[in-house]
Amino acid sequence: MTSLTWISQKAWIWSFVGAFVVWLATALYIGGAGGTAVITTALSFATFTVIVGIGQMFVITTGPGNVDLSIPATISFSGAVAMKIMDGSNAMLPIGFAASMACGLVVGLFNYILIRILRIPPIIATLSSSFLVLSTAIAYGRGLKIKPPPLLAEFATARLLGIPVLAIVIILFAVVMSVVLNRTMYGRSVLAIGQNQRAAWLAGINVERIRFYTYVLSALLAALCGFLLSGFSGGASLNMGQEYLLASIAVVVIGGTSVAGGKANVPGIWGAAMFMFLLVTMLNTFGVSAGIRLILTGLIIVAVITIAGGDKPPR
Amino acid sequence: MVDRLTSPRFLRAVLPAASFAILLIAIFYLKPRTMSYFGLNLMLQYTVPIALATIAQMFIITVNDLDLSIGPFVGLTACIGATWLADTPLLGILALAGCVAAYAALGALIHWRNLPSIVVTLGMSFVWLGIAVLILPTPGGTAPGWVKWLMGVKTPVVPFPIVATVVIGLVVHLLLMRSSYGAVLRGAGGNPRAIGRAGWSLLKTKMVMFGAAGFFGVLSGLSLIGLTSAADAHIADRYTLYAIAGVILGGGEFVGGRVSPIGAVIGAMTLTLTGSFLTFLKISPDWQIGAQGGILIIVLALRALINRREGLV
Repeated sequence: MTSLTWISQKAWIWSFVGAFVVWLATALYIGGAGGTAVITTALSFATFTVIVGIGQMFVITTGPGNVDLSIPATISFSGAVAMKIMDGSNAMLPIGFAASMACGLVVGLFNYILIRILRIPPIIATLSSSFLVLSTAIAYGRGLKIKPPPLLAEFATARLLGIPVLAIVIILFAVVMSVVLNRTMYGRSVLAIGQNQRAAWLAGINVERIRFYTYVLSALLAALCGFLLSGFSGGASLNMGQEYLLASIAVVVIGGTSVAGGKANVPGIWGAAMFMFLLVTMLNTFGVSAGIRLILTGLIIVAVITIAGGDKPPR
Repeated sequence: MVDRLTSPRFLRAVLPAASFAILLIAIFYLKPRTMSYFGLNLMLQYTVPIALATIAQMFIITVNDLDLSIGPFVGLTACIGATWLADTPLLGILALAGCVAAYAALGALIHWRNLPSIVVTLGMSFVWLGIAVLILPTPGGTAPGWVKWLMGVKTPVVPFPIVATVVIGLVVHLLLMRSSYGAVLRGAGGNPRAIGRAGWSLLKTKMVMFGAAGFFGVLSGLSLIGLTSAADAHIADRYTLYAIAGVILGGGEFVGGRVSPIGAVIGAMTLTLTGSFLTFLKISPDWQIGAQGGILIIVLALRALINRREGLV
């Protein structure tokens, strides 16, 4: 195999190339040691996008029409519930974490019930459940100004040799999820369903069970993101999940996962998350106005999907 | 006769109107005073822009796509309407025409590269918002006089929002459901291969539908500033959700070109009324969106029940 075909088969490499180019431009512009600081900041922020991106990737991989739009609401909901239960106390940390995971479980279950029993298309199902979840979060977290437990805040912002600890943990988690995707029964079933649901069913895969796990996994990861994010940013806020709707889908697409389903990869999500954050950083350092920044972010996503979109779903 | 009245087909068609009627009766029961020209006018004021955005979304759903950018797009057209259209009408008209053309071009792009519309439109929502922020960085501007005049028309007996909404529904119904090209457009969603084999250009149908969506998005933005008289880039962010919910409440199916313009405008009216209903029940505004989600789920659940019965018959 020549190196050229190897590269063209690894679509995720492009997200890292993009991230590197954007970083280089920023580093040259600010000069000096600023470049490394930019990378560590990017690692910190990209971590949260990667967490939800992995969940979204599994959902999208199960085939066309599957997407989880309830991620932002779940992030806000889980963050608000966890902060309120822990009330800034270290001792309550395990209970707060359990409550946060319970939020994720409930949302995931609810989404799946809507999809399976009411036969609502996943996009509409997760959208309508997100209305309910967001309202619950708003009603429950009204006037919420609770600081996270010191231990959680410390963990979420800690650094080891200058590298954010949380980023290291999530890199390891991404490795695990990559193995889950490619080497386990579950991961391979997800890929098989995405390639051809009927063939997967005929091959004896319990399609509905796999879909159930996938939606629950996505909601659990969104809840985890909400929990960690509120520790990182000094408390939960009701709109903290907002930006993760586009981000979770964008990193999956830019990372080289096929939106038609059946083809996924985890490393690309890290590359894409770094790329997205570094891009905004670059535009900020160049002193570009908010309007231009929004336009460029949108256009880049449309451009990437246009270039990647050529491949038809395998039949 | 009873058979006809309980047939799934009939029930499905009646569901949107029934949900609206039940909600309206509940409101009249809670606050009898709303049962007046003034009360209805006030409650349904914002129906017109929401109905127009819902129709826009319906066009996109007809061809099996989904537009997650209609809210920011309406916001952008509102910003153009309150600035350029008011100050230099020619520039404003050109810009709005450009917006419609951009939508048609998006349709072409999605068809040409076989792209998932949700990703494309999600990306475009940032583009629309960015342009709107550039045009109008802070809330402000003024709506052109004629737009304000039109939205403030006092129709005899029946309040203007109701008249306007019914007219919108009927016009789109005639164009999409009763014309021969309308059947082709819906067919492009129902069975694209058959339409393609019959010699119709699928690229053209996609472009026509996206263009029409853009046009109704523009109308939605203009009617909105006619009511608010000023604009803001974020003025219509929630319309994305309203529009999807309106189409679904109105009996539109998510795939297969099965839509209903009349149903869609009824769906939009139902959504607008939900707000007043919750206020009258003294439910905190926190639950506003939650209740809309809840109503959506209930209507979809009812429809699933009806469809299941159809499967049994």
